[in-house]
Amino acid sequence: MTEAFSVKQYLRDLKLPFCPGCGAFTVINAFLKAVYESGYTDLSKFVFCSGIGCSSWIPSPYFKADSIHTLHGRSIPVATGVKLMRPNLNVVVFGGDGDIVGIGLSHFIHAARRNLDVLVIMVNNMIYGMTGGQVAPTTPFKTKTTTTPYGSFEHPLDAAKLAVTAGANYAARWTTAHQNELKEAVKKALEMKGFRFIEVVSQCPTAFGRRAGFKDAGEMVRWFKVNSITIKQTKNLNEEDIAKKIVVGEFIQKRRPTLIETIYNTIKEAQKTEEN
Amino acid sequence: MGTLKSGIYFLQGSEACAEAAIMVGCRFFAGYPITPATEIAEHMAKRLPQIGGIAIQMEDEIASIGAVIGASWAGAKGMTATSGPGFSLMQESIGYAFMTETPCVIVDVQRAGPSTGQATKCGQGDVMQSRWGTHGDYSAVVLSPNSVQEMFDLTVRAFNLAEKYRTPVVLLSDEVTAHMRERVVIPPIKKVEIINRKKPKRGDKAFFGLEEVPPMPSVGEGFNVAVTGSTHNEYGIRFTADPLVHRKLVERLNGKIQNHIGEIADVESYKIDDCQIGIVSYGCTSRAIYDVIEAAETKGVKVGYVRLKTLWPFPDEIIKKLAETANKIIVPEMNLRQIFYEVKRAAEGQAQVIPMNKIGGGELITPEELLDKILEEAKKGND
Ligand SMILES: Cc1ncc(C[n+]2csc(CCOP(=O)(O)OP(=O)(O)O)c2C)c(N)n1
Ligand code: SF4
Repeated sequence: MTEAFSVKQYLRDLKLPFCPGCGAFTVINAFLKAVYESGYTDLSKFVFCSGIGCSSWIPSPYFKADSIHTLHGRSIPVATGVKLMRPNLNVVVFGGDGDIVGIGLSHFIHAARRNLDVLVIMVNNMIYGMTGGQVAPTTPFKTKTTTTPYGSFEHPLDAAKLAVTAGANYAARWTTAHQNELKEAVKKALEMKGFRFIEVVSQCPTAFGRRAGFKDAGEMVRWFKVNSITIKQTKNLNEEDIAKKIVVGEFIQKRRPTLIETIYNTIKEAQKTEEN
Repeated sequence: MGTLKSGIYFLQGSEACAEAAIMVGCRFFAGYPITPATEIAEHMAKRLPQIGGIAIQMEDEIASIGAVIGASWAGAKGMTATSGPGFSLMQESIGYAFMTETPCVIVDVQRAGPSTGQATKCGQGDVMQSRWGTHGDYSAVVLSPNSVQEMFDLTVRAFNLAEKYRTPVVLLSDEVTAHMRERVVIPPIKKVEIINRKKPKRGDKAFFGLEEVPPMPSVGEGFNVAVTGSTHNEYGIRFTADPLVHRKLVERLNGKIQNHIGEIADVESYKIDDCQIGIVSYGCTSRAIYDVIEAAETKGVKVGYVRLKTLWPFPDEIIKKLAETANKIIVPEMNLRQIFYEVKRAAEGQAQVIPMNKIGGGELITPEELLDKILEEAKKGND
């Protein structure tokens, strides 16, 4: 690894489709840098699965790799089939918050429960970006979106905490203002097994920022930085105050037997029983 | 224990289906319990691990077919089994498998709908859903077994067609055919035709065009395959607005089924060139025909039939032939007219097409009822 890092070595020669200032660019950079620093000079040991949405376009077809761009919300089931039949490949899922914890929520919970050996990177822009700015399960309370013109009357979901509750081996949340931490989280996750979840709070200047009163993408990223607190810092705050903040850090890191381990053990046992 | 040894067995339809799948090389099953399809999942869960395959119960039918699609891109032959409600949930993914040219087999063991309907009772109400259930311009391949032997034979065929044409194939069974037990002849594996998808050569890059059925790589083989259900060119690159790319892709996908109806659409027929009354039937309902032909003949009515072993693509040609000979064609179905309209269309006014329908309680159209109908229509003459 003498060459300097360049995202180009991992990307097809295509123009990326994202709006100027979109957080997707930051996510791509951080992810590929982590891949590089983990010693992968290409993506031949990876398979990417994604759903439908702007964030689901991150790997597909832009990464020079195998990528399966599935249906809205269905990347995790497809990743399940891929991983079970090709246990030696690194299966990484990319998706938006609507894709992963809106329409695809049940798959997310069950994959964490099974401790399926995949890394899920959820780009949480707090909005349905691709369809033009509708309320998402992650949209902050009182936010105006095209389908909540008087402000959202629902409270957002804490996806990282849910991953912990459901049984993930790893769960972390960072923002696009935490590029280094994000990259390190990806590196750590790539070394681990089981269900690993990284939530990246990200800016969608087009469908969220404008309506929420941000001048531009830069202002959003600065807001992420100022408004983030660590998990430790939440100890001194009440629930209401925490809800106004973005809690960043690692929520869990553990080694529970993974689905690949348990399912292949079961196959071995079934074959032994047969022989007797 | 490996694949089933050749011989004569007494099996349930579901077991025959599962054993056939295993014999043609299915090594991945994902499903969600539903009457009357659960036995297939149970049998796969028991048998697949014994031969190193994977069977997993997913959180719903959408996840089940999703996992099968993933397994297929990982190089495996995969199957799922369900009934009406689950089949409804799978429709979006069936379109995805079609658009991405993902071979897979979906078994729909029909029960009486709509909705939860009569969950344990037989029906044939999913015929049109199996043809048009997913959105967009789609060509379905749907097989219709009518015996335990055919649960075996047509499952083998379903996998072979899926692999050959790189497309999802539905085995449209029904409660009666999947639950009954019958004698089955299992051939030695060497005698079973097994078709595997065409694999690309090193350096190949076009996995979604150039040829009518392009070669299919697996993930992890170094081909950098980009799979998408959005409109794409030969190389899997998305073109979400270009009219020509869409036309070319979707016309090829439909063409690869429609240009091969002769090979795909399999029927069994009897005396279609010498009959007064024709019968067109399929699935469990078609079991009544065999008993009535002779009885009708002794009463002076010549009966010919077409039994549809493939429902889609629909075999227009043979129906046309039958219509040229028969004055009347009776279409018995356990639904409120589905294939009836298709027969009428194909008959092109050459014969009078008469529906015969029964739903509820899983009650079959009995041979007596069919015979009465034949005699009644023969006596009435042409309207
Ligand atoms: C079954 C289905 N329902 C709805 C849609 C329309 N749709 C496309 S993307 C999307 C939401 C995108 O939001 P998110 O997943 O958060 O991704 P983002 O675009 O914000 O990155 C929706 C609702 C669809 N493609 N499929
Ligand atoms: S709409 Fe939002 S999420 Fe989508 S590309 Fe533009 S900025 Fe990014």
